[in-house]
Amino acid sequence: MDIFFQQITNGLLLGSIYALVALGYTMVYGILGLINFAHGDIVMVGALVALSVMMALGASLPGVAVLLIAAGAAMVVCVVLGLFVERAAYRPLRRAPRLAPLITAIGVSILIQYSAALIWGKQYISMPELVKPAKIVIGGVQITSTQAFIFVLALSIMAALLWFVKTSRMGRAMRATEQNPDVAGLMGVDTTRVIAFTFALGAAIGAIAGVMVVLYYGQGHYFMGFMLGLKAFTAAVLGGIGNIPGAMLGGMLLGLIESLAAGYIGDITGGLFGSNYRDVFAFLVLVLVLMLRPSGLMGVRSGDRA
Amino acid sequence: MLEVKGLRVAYGGITAVKGIDLIVRAGELVTLIGANGAGKTTTLKALSGLLRPAAGSVHYNGQDITGKPAFELVRLGIALAPEGRGVFPRLTVEENLEMGAYVREGKGNHRDHGSKTAIAADCERAYTTFPRLAERRKQLAGTLSGGEQQMLAISRALMCQPKLLLLDEPSMGLAPIVVQTIFATIRAVAREGVTLLLIEQNARLALQTCDRGYVMESGTITLSGEAKALLNDEQVRHAYLGE
Repeated sequence: MDIFFQQITNGLLLGSIYALVALGYTMVYGILGLINFAHGDIVMVGALVALSVMMALGASLPGVAVLLIAAGAAMVVCVVLGLFVERAAYRPLRRAPRLAPLITAIGVSILIQYSAALIWGKQYISMPELVKPAKIVIGGVQITSTQAFIFVLALSIMAALLWFVKTSRMGRAMRATEQNPDVAGLMGVDTTRVIAFTFALGAAIGAIAGVMVVLYYGQGHYFMGFMLGLKAFTAAVLGGIGNIPGAMLGGMLLGLIESLAAGYIGDITGGLFGSNYRDVFAFLVLVLVLMLRPSGLMGVRSGDRA
Repeated sequence: MLEVKGLRVAYGGITAVKGIDLIVRAGELVTLIGANGAGKTTTLKALSGLLRPAAGSVHYNGQDITGKPAFELVRLGIALAPEGRGVFPRLTVEENLEMGAYVREGKGNHRDHGSKTAIAADCERAYTTFPRLAERRKQLAGTLSGGEQQMLAISRALMCQPKLLLLDEPSMGLAPIVVQTIFATIRAVAREGVTLLLIEQNARLALQTCDRGYVMESGTITLSGEAKALLNDEQVRHAYLGE
């Protein structure tokens, strides 16, 4: 039974990171109807920027301070990158047929990946040890203090985002723009700015998720955004793309499914498949959702669109 | 207050408005009537900044506002209650009203008319005018009936405290009793000093309500004058009043 609870814990932890990345996909989709395939790569840039800062600062400062500076730098770079991508690649295509921005998004994704390969190289970059995480054992389940920190921070960011979208003026403008951009304009909302803000917000959250991935796996790589992005996209679809709480739920569920499947697939198949098949499950989920419930668990019924 | 000269608007390759002149003076209640497809809605979309005119000019209080986007025009005091409801379906009634006050909450406006209490007071006013909305304030606007959505659309347009209110077909698809309420509200708004430009297919009701009228036919204005005179005009009676 211990392994069961251990896998649940791992799943929730991984799921909270998926959820943060999925938010970037879902917010942009909600407001523009665009799947920003470059989002996973923006997360990757956040991770690599953070790694560079960590290595540059090394042991010159206390570990926690280095971590904060690294995360701050990642956020700044990702927000600038996100705004630039929106301005340069997507805004000129706002009135174009839907296929054009979609293909552009794939192009931007490849462009960011190979720019990153030029800057950081193609090898894995390992994280220097900044803080020695303490091991925490609760009822047979083992986690590190870093992992606990990641989980609590991810949940706090999600709660803050929900609160922001629900109550703030900008949050209301985001929802209004999502539901009817023309009428939002009639209310005085500068929808171009709201869209740019949405990209920036998604990128900032993505940057934090990137740093979390580095903390979790202890390394980064120019191609890491690809698989992470696809899984987060799956999570967003699972929850209902365009739906913010849906992305959170979808991320958590996907993390759980993946962890449990990876933990038990060896036993179930008599050792034929190992936990290295874990990636298969995310896409199995994607296929099933698209077949059985394309609007996702919390998806918007398209009927009430005016 | 509003001066339109030679306005042309092309819409998906078709020129829907073919050079019209139109004047609305401060405090007036003006209507633009005409059949379906005459170009009324296109005109209003161009005046409110949703469509860019292909030619012509629009002046508002002497300022050239031709081609300005909608979100800037609201700041100048021009509001549009769009045709076919146009409420935000997945915001509550209350949130829809708050969206109407969006420009008031802007920077430096947090006192006086932009404060939370002033906005809440205006919401209450809307609820007093339309008690149906008060009953449904926490309900998603998409679940309202057509009449309720129209009440909400008009109330919401008033939330920005416009100087010029553009109304697109406020009676469309509504039961006669609801139309009565809506037009009573329009008259009340006009009495408060808001200038109105109203588009209607119900020509009789529009001309009875307004001071002046324009008649639009396939993209051009064919007649204009005092509303009373138009009501008695042979051509108008025949074409639009069914007599």
